[in-house]
Amino acid sequence: MKISKSWLPFVNPLSQDNPVIVQVLGICSALAVTAKLEPAVVMTISVTAVLALANVIISLMRNTIPNSIRIIVQLVVVAALVVIVDQVLKAWNYEVSKALSVFIGLIITNCIIMGRLEAFAMSNRPWPAFLDGIGNALGYGIILIIVAFFRELFGSGTIFGYQVIPQWWYDAGYQNNGMMILPPMALITVACIIWVHRARNKDLQEK
Amino acid sequence: MENLNLFIRSIFVDNMIFAYFLGMCSFLAVSKNVKTSFGLGIAVCFVLIIALPVTWCINQYILVPGALSWLGERYAETDLSFLGLIMFISVIAALVQIVEMVIEKYSPSLYASLGIFLPLIAVNCAILGAVLFMQQRDFPNPWTATVYGAGSGVGWLLAITCLAAIRERLAYNKIPAPLRGIGITFIITGLMGIAFMSFLGIKI
Amino acid sequence: MNRQSNIYTIIYAIVLVVVVGVVLSVVYQALRPTQLENIANDTKKQILASARLAPEKGESISALFDQHIINSYIVNNLGEQTDENINPFDVNMALEVKKPADKRMLPVFECQTDAGLKYIVPVYGAGLWGPIWGYIAFDNNGDTIYGAYFAHQGETPGLGAEIEKPAFQSQFDGKNIFSQDGQFTSVAVVKVGKEPTDRAWVHAVSGGTITSQGVQKMLFDSLEPYTAFFNNLKNGQSGPTQLNGVSNNPQDFTGSDDTGKGLEPQQL
Repeated sequence: MKISKSWLPFVNPLSQDNPVIVQVLGICSALAVTAKLEPAVVMTISVTAVLALANVIISLMRNTIPNSIRIIVQLVVVAALVVIVDQVLKAWNYEVSKALSVFIGLIITNCIIMGRLEAFAMSNRPWPAFLDGIGNALGYGIILIIVAFFRELFGSGTIFGYQVIPQWWYDAGYQNNGMMILPPMALITVACIIWVHRARNKDLQEK
Repeated sequence: MENLNLFIRSIFVDNMIFAYFLGMCSFLAVSKNVKTSFGLGIAVCFVLIIALPVTWCINQYILVPGALSWLGERYAETDLSFLGLIMFISVIAALVQIVEMVIEKYSPSLYASLGIFLPLIAVNCAILGAVLFMQQRDFPNPWTATVYGAGSGVGWLLAITCLAAIRERLAYNKIPAPLRGIGITFIITGLMGIAFMSFLGIKI
Repeated sequence: MNRQSNIYTIIYAIVLVVVVGVVLSVVYQALRPTQLENIANDTKKQILASARLAPEKGESISALFDQHIINSYIVNNLGEQTDENINPFDVNMALEVKKPADKRMLPVFECQTDAGLKYIVPVYGAGLWGPIWGYIAFDNNGDTIYGAYFAHQGETPGLGAEIEKPAFQSQFDGKNIFSQDGQFTSVAVVKVGKEPTDRAWVHAVSGGTITSQGVQKMLFDSLEPYTAFFNNLKNGQSGPTQLNGVSNNPQDFTGSDDTGKGLEPQQL
């Protein structure tokens, strides 16, 4: 498949240059919200909104920002966007905003956002920066959703809160794996994803 | 006694890394050898111990609903809590900057060994995470907040030093090619997390 | 103008702060009413959850609340209805629990369910990391718990946070908060193997010792001031208000509570 060069910032982060499993950024929030699918999806949407907007805004401002307060300016822009997302979420979906609690605030320190602002938005025009933002946020979201899918399926026997493991399995002695809900299994699930991903993309393997 | 209990719990049970995954990015990136890991851990501890009481005061006297009543009756109803995030992150960023300058002035040798990691601490989720948990848990006074900051910092230091020690040994082992590097680190962190869960329920 | 000069940097910072401040304030003011409504709806949902009522998909919570909560008032610790001019719904429990028992405003919600009239009271206390709270629905003998709902702010997920799960909350159904000779005993939250014989109990959540102790303390401290009110109910005075057609025949209650039945032997 041939992809025109201008779309590369969008396509690359989806697999080849995935922010979570290749660049190893944004792990903190990625793991903590993945016990259930719904918060994972909301987190993906929130991060996409913040990252795309922050990338565009910083890209527009990039020629005016004084170098000495560069990091603080980026932080303030991101923080303002996160506060807006937080307020909107409280107004529209209070349940989910309760479930995500402090992790919405932690989008500010999500390394993906600061990483992309510093590495891409500061030196590119708004349109590529926008694509880069969307691409990286989706690459992040894919991992989030895969992890949440397995953790919810094996941990609670549900998908998006709907029971999918049939009752006769439980009657036959099947049990939900409570371990999957607990934090350490999130790490091990991500490790499995990395394993599969790198087994297919041999050039990413480390020596 | 309460504070000692809080200190121990925030090191082992509510460990920033193993229970909340906060500060993972630098945790994974830096933990390649014990010496630098230890340095970064100390710096994180340092910033946490200063940042928590400061943000506690800001939260209590500026942000929470009715906090501005010391300015006079007119302000008793003001609710600035929506500015919380932006205030905290600015304070943390400023603190990191100040800590960096102070260390540079008074202990150039420590500065040289920490140098590159110090500015990175501003975007370490463990710091903002601890501040947000402090706000959520509504600690009664700045001392408790300081103790919590110290505990979280020591917990983070412990986690990163342990992981670095394991990774140093790992260099001599045969690991399936796709898992080499970051993959196996994730698994080890997960296993360490399971090990840390055995501290659950301890109480002093 | 020189982009690296101090004056430029300072002006830049000031402009940025002002712009961000204005934007945030506008967003905050615009969304505030919706947020407050959400918070109110969430509280209503919690109150109804204690009486085992949940909105159907698409059903409005306020409508369900207005339909079932037929009366609400504030009592004092003597069981008398007070004439405080405040909506029981707006009572801030966090502030009330700090007052001495005889100064507290004690909200009561009367809830009409398919299983008869229930009395819902709020409870509020401290868990390991922050406040925990809940609502307890009582049968109209002022003694038997019909349903319980607990929520928390920041307990450890998978451990203390389990108090918000039905597995823990449904244990309370059918428990009595008075001993057989009429003493207020509340409900104990205990580990397996430490069950008391002189009062009703439920099992603590595993790994959440401090949170469980918090629940036990919260129940005792928050329910005790209601003792006089519950005694009035028990003696058939239907609390502070006179309600017609409420039977005091105990047989009505045993039949009303399906899940409670299986737990009866524990209450000895």
